[in-house]
This record gives sequence, C-alpha cells and structure tokens, in this order.
Amino acid sequence: MTAFLNQLPIGLSIGAVLMLIALGLTFTFGQMGVINMAHGEFIMAGAYTAFLLQDMVLALPAAFLVAGVMGLILERSAIRHFYGRPLDTLLLTWGVSLVLQQLARDLFGAPNVQVPAPAWLSGGVGILPYNRLFIMGLAVAGVVAVWLYLTRTGLGRRTQAVVQNRQLAATSGIDTGRVDMLTFFIGSGLAGVAGVALTLIGPVGPALGTYYIVDAFLVVVAGGLGQLRGAVLAALGLGLLNSYAEFWSDASLAKVIVLAAVIAFLQVRPQGLFVLRSRVLT
Amino acid sequence: MIRRHLPFAAVAVVALVAAPLLLEPFRLGLLAKYLCYAIVALGIGLAWGKGGMLTLGQGVFFGLGGYSMAMYLKLTEAEGGLPDFMVWSGVEELPALWVPFANPVFAMSMAVLGPVILAVVLGTLVFRQRVRGAYFAILTQALAAAMVILLVGQQGLTGGTNGMTNFFELFGQDLAEDSTQRGLYLVVAGVLGVLYLGTRQLVNSRYGRLLVAVRDGEDRVRFLGYDPALVKTVTFAASAGMAGLAGALFVPVVGIISPALLGVVPSLELVVAVAVGGRHVLAGAVLGAVVMGYAKTAFSEQFADGWLYLQGALFILVMTLASKGIAGVAQTVAGRLRSARAT
Repeated sequence: MTAFLNQLPIGLSIGAVLMLIALGLTFTFGQMGVINMAHGEFIMAGAYTAFLLQDMVLALPAAFLVAGVMGLILERSAIRHFYGRPLDTLLLTWGVSLVLQQLARDLFGAPNVQVPAPAWLSGGVGILPYNRLFIMGLAVAGVVAVWLYLTRTGLGRRTQAVVQNRQLAATSGIDTGRVDMLTFFIGSGLAGVAGVALTLIGPVGPALGTYYIVDAFLVVVAGGLGQLRGAVLAALGLGLLNSYAEFWSDASLAKVIVLAAVIAFLQVRPQGLFVLRSRVLT
Repeated sequence: MIRRHLPFAAVAVVALVAAPLLLEPFRLGLLAKYLCYAIVALGIGLAWGKGGMLTLGQGVFFGLGGYSMAMYLKLTEAEGGLPDFMVWSGVEELPALWVPFANPVFAMSMAVLGPVILAVVLGTLVFRQRVRGAYFAILTQALAAAMVILLVGQQGLTGGTNGMTNFFELFGQDLAEDSTQRGLYLVVAGVLGVLYLGTRQLVNSRYGRLLVAVRDGEDRVRFLGYDPALVKTVTFAASAGMAGLAGALFVPVVGIISPALLGVVPSLELVVAVAVGGRHVLAGAVLGAVVMGYAKTAFSEQFADGWLYLQGALFILVMTLASKGIAGVAQTVAGRLRSARAT
C-alpha cells in the first residue's frame, strides 16, 4: 500500500511537468497548426538556464524569458512561413531541434550536469517530497495564469477567437500575426519553466527534451487541440498512468501501455477529450 | 513505352553490373546498406508522398523485420543451444517467442507479416476513427519511442541496448566472405528494383489514383462512396511490409540490429531523406535515401559532430527553399529546358 501511495507524487509531478509542456504545444498546434518538435529543446534551454544561474527563484523567470525568446525567434524567422502545413512544420522544427541539441552539446558538453536542489526543497510532508510538491505548484500556477490570461485579458480573448476561427477573427480586425507571436512566446516560455522543474527530479543533458516531447504530444492528442481543460486532464491522466504502469508491470512496458491507452481512448473520442465544435468538416 | 523505362533500365544496369565490378567490397557493403534504407524510403514515398500519411514510425517495422531475421540467424548458430547474449543475461531456457523462429520460412515470412499485421491493426484503429494528419504522425512517433524502450527493457529476449550482432552465416554461406556480401548486395538491389516497379505500377493503377484522391480530399472520396480508411490501411500496411523486408535484408548486410537503429531519430531521418529526395516522386524517395546515407557516412567520417549541424541545416533549407526536394528541382529544370527548346 505504501509503495502504491509513493507512486502517487511521482505520477502527479510527471503529470505536472507534462502539463506545463503540453500547454504550449496544444495552443501552437491548435491555434496555428504548428507541430513544434523544437519545443523539447526549449525545455532543455530552461533546464540549462537553471544550471547556469544555480538559483531556483531567479531561474524561473529567466528560463521563461530565455525559452520564450527562442520560441519567438523560431516563429518569426521560420515557422511563420509554414502556416497551414502542419506536417512540414514538424520536419522543419525537427531540423531546428537537431541543431539546438548539438549546440547544447558543444556549449555545455555531452555528459549530463546536475543542478543542486535548493535547501528549502529538501525533505517533505508524509509521502509528499517538497520538490515534487513544488513542481505541482508550478504547474497549478502556470495553468491558472494561462487561464486568467485567456479569459480575463483582451489579448487572451483575442487568442481564443483565433483558435476558434482564424479567418473570422482576422476579418474582425484582430492582428492574428501578433496573437501568434504572443502565443508562441508564452507557450515556449512555459516549456522553459518545465525545464527548470525537471532539474529538481533529474540530471540535465542535451537530449532532455526528447524524453518528454513524445509524451507531451500524446497529451495534446488525448486532450484535444487548443483545449486548456483537455491538456490539464490528459496530462494528469497520462502522468499517473505512466507511473502506475511502471509500478505494476515494468518500466519497459509502461510506454506501450500508455500508447495503447491513448489509441483506445481515441476510439471513443477521435478528436480528444474536448472538441472545438464547428461546422468545418476537416 | 521504351522511353519511359529507359532511365530505370540505365540505373538498373549501373546498380546490378557496374557497381559490383567497380566498387571495393567495403563500399559495396555500404551501398547495400543505403539500398536497404531506400526500400524503407520507397514505402514512405508511397504512404507519405502519394497517400499523405506522414509515418514517423517506419523504424518499428524495419526493426520487426530485422529482429525476425536476427533471431533466425542467432538460432541457427546456436545449433539447438541458447544464443550468446541470452547466456550472458542469465536466461536458462529458450523463450517460447523464439522457438518458431528457428524455422527459416517462418522467420522470413514474419519479417514481412509481422509489420503488416501491426500496421493493419494500427491503421484500422486509427483510420476508421478518421484520426489523420498530424495526429497519425504523432501516434506513429510514439510507437517508435515505445518500441525502443520495450526492446531495451527486455534484455533477455532482445539483447537490450546492444541488440544482436556477431552473425556468421546465412543459409550456409559465410557472411564474412566477399562473394557472399556481393550476392547479398545483388539480392538487395534486385528486391529494391522489383519493389520499385511494383509500387510504380500500383501508383499508376486505379487504386493509386484513389490513394492520391484520398490524400487531397479524403471527405470528397468518402462522399463518392469509397472507403478511405481501407485505402489508407492497405497503403500503410504495404509500406510497413517493405520496411520489414528491408530490415530483414539489413541484418546480414550490416551485421547488427539494435534499438538505436530503429527509434524516433532513425525513423525521422528516413522521412528527412524522402523529403530531401522529393516526396512526390517515388524515384525521389529512393534517391534521397541513397544520397542521405552517403552524405551521413562521408561527413561523419570527416567530422562526427558536424553531421548533426549539417543535417539540421540541410533540412531547414530543403523545407524552406525546395519543399519538393531534389526531384522537384530536377522537374523544374527539365520543364524549363523543354520550354526553352520549344520556343
């Protein structure tokens, strides 16, 4: 029973990290039709920012900025020209991700580095270690911030309008290009924050992003495109499923089980958990 | 009619006659490896180029074929005993999964049938529910990721991270002999040629036109009374079968199969190769695989780290400047020449 309960914070914190990563993906995917494989490298950039600063409190905003600006540059310089061709963006951003990984290898060396956790995060209450609690807190804060942004600010409402119907939003006078930029900045920034969170549970390496990007995309598929609620629920679900599948079977089967579960879920809800209803056929 | 087949015949003569005569054994072996990848690329060209299904998990099918072949080779060498890596990882009895693979007919047919069955199951589940485009791409990528973790984890069954290597003979032929390797090269080139002709025939048939129609307007095809899910599943299965066959040929040629050869990155690399060669033309896909295979060897011989930069940069360039790849550029040039001659 204790082993079963011990698995809970692990699953929840994996879910929390996936949530932070998938929030950005689901909006860039849902709003712009961009499959950003380089999103994983923004996680890595956030983690290395934490490694360079060696200070958790400073690292969070810094990682958000670093990853956000990287996303902004990528959007403006390349992705912008590919809107409406999702499969091409996938391949393009994969090229970018290769270059960024190699860049990290050249800058920081191929071996993993360790970011020492701050003293105030060691220990825990009961079965809940502080570092995992902190990660969950980060995810909750991230989700609440995104939700407030989307529903309470003018820019956020415009973002929602673009997600729902780009053409209509554009004809209503919304500067969709600017909304796209901002979405990309925030989404990439959140990936950076996820990277900082990951330094608390493991070492940092150039390939850090590749371990999470596939799962994060599964979260987007299961949750539904551009859906905040969907991303949150699917991230928690997959995070928990992942950690319990590892617990019940063995680690090598867990990913297979998760994938099978997602495909089974798509049999019931082919568009994911929440669907944006529209009369558009495809 | 003859004119249309002339380029193919010329390439076939070069590949089947000139290459084995002119290349030294080491280079010929490398070429055989690229041609194995070209078989996979042909399948990607069919599924992605003609059918619009971006499959990022071809490595899985390649791996199923490769592991089937490797299991057979390991069992013939063990001569009723246990394969070497099982002894090292403390397995005492041959796992039930392995037993039928001692039969060459079973192993060879599983190399193709295994991938086909997996593709049919996945395709039916996914395409029936009209899950498509990027969703499909992501699912196939997750499949590749899961497969690698599974193979690494089941050490006693699959050889773990190291995979399987040290193969000595195939059907009684010594694999280290130059003549065996030359024979293998001819087999690979022949298989590629036959598959290429077959696929081209398929694409030019009614079925092929239906496939392109599904790519360009799936809903319209459905409204016309066809079943797009069936068309897509059949195509996906065909491309999976090709990848499986390529994997089975790859093992005796290269002498190793391991998870590193079939994960997310190798699967994507093949898609990259197809994009570089030109996804809209089957020959472009084949050409792309050979060119990229050669480029990888040539550059990583010179500077290992630079290859990733180069590959990434090349890829960004191809996607932004020439999304139709080498074949697209060639077609444009040929078109210009023709119109210049006409005026």
